[in-house]
Amino acid sequence: MEEKKKRMALIASKGTLDMAYPPLILASTAVAMDVEVEIFFTLYGVDIVNKKKYHSLQVAPIANPAMPSPVPFPNILGVLPGMTGMATMMMKGMIKKINWPTIPELLHVCLESGVKMIACTPTLEMTGLSKEDLVEGVEVAGAAEFLDFALDANISLFI
Amino acid sequence: MDKSKANLAVDLKGLACPMPVLKTKKALDSLQPGQVLLVEVTDKGSKADIPAMLRRTGNELVEMDEKDNVFSFLIKKVK
Repeated sequence: MEEKKKRMALIASKGTLDMAYPPLILASTAVAMDVEVEIFFTLYGVDIVNKKKYHSLQVAPIANPAMPSPVPFPNILGVLPGMTGMATMMMKGMIKKINWPTIPELLHVCLESGVKMIACTPTLEMTGLSKEDLVEGVEVAGAAEFLDFALDANISLFI
Repeated sequence: MDKSKANLAVDLKGLACPMPVLKTKKALDSLQPGQVLLVEVTDKGSKADIPAMLRRTGNELVEMDEKDNVFSFLIKKVK
């Protein structure tokens, strides 16, 4: 008899470019390690599976003192117009430098390798989105569906 | 390391985590049990990551070496 697979349950709650990576990296790697994975996208995290948005996630420089900068940069200046675009451009440069896949690339690697992706129903209602607005392969469900999977998981993380 | 033992060689130099692990697993999936895979990576984390993936998937690390910042793994597909 085949041994029961290990499971990992993730909640992705953030929709910035930097915070979209951890759930997708963990999920794709876990699948390569023969782990069954489900990601529950909720609140801003739904942007990661939103067809119109996942190509253009951004980095917020405000309230992020860890944001690297080529010149000394007081964090408060992050409120100036154009700063989010600049921070995003810098982050994309850093991502390219280490040859990292883009978010859409990584998302499709996850979907093709069998990661189960669920978008949270109240978030969709709140933002006026439907299943058609999501990347193909993403399902729609609520908290109980996630908990049903997570109750049998070996790893559960809120990101 | 006797690289001629490999049935398949994959060059993953220049790729960062998680790609070396993902592509190593993908290459393993294309082989038959008993066949040998050679992967070459430059990602330093792979030294720990690839053996961890192999342990969890029940495959065998035959040999690993490091030369000029390139890590080479000789892997036997078990299942």
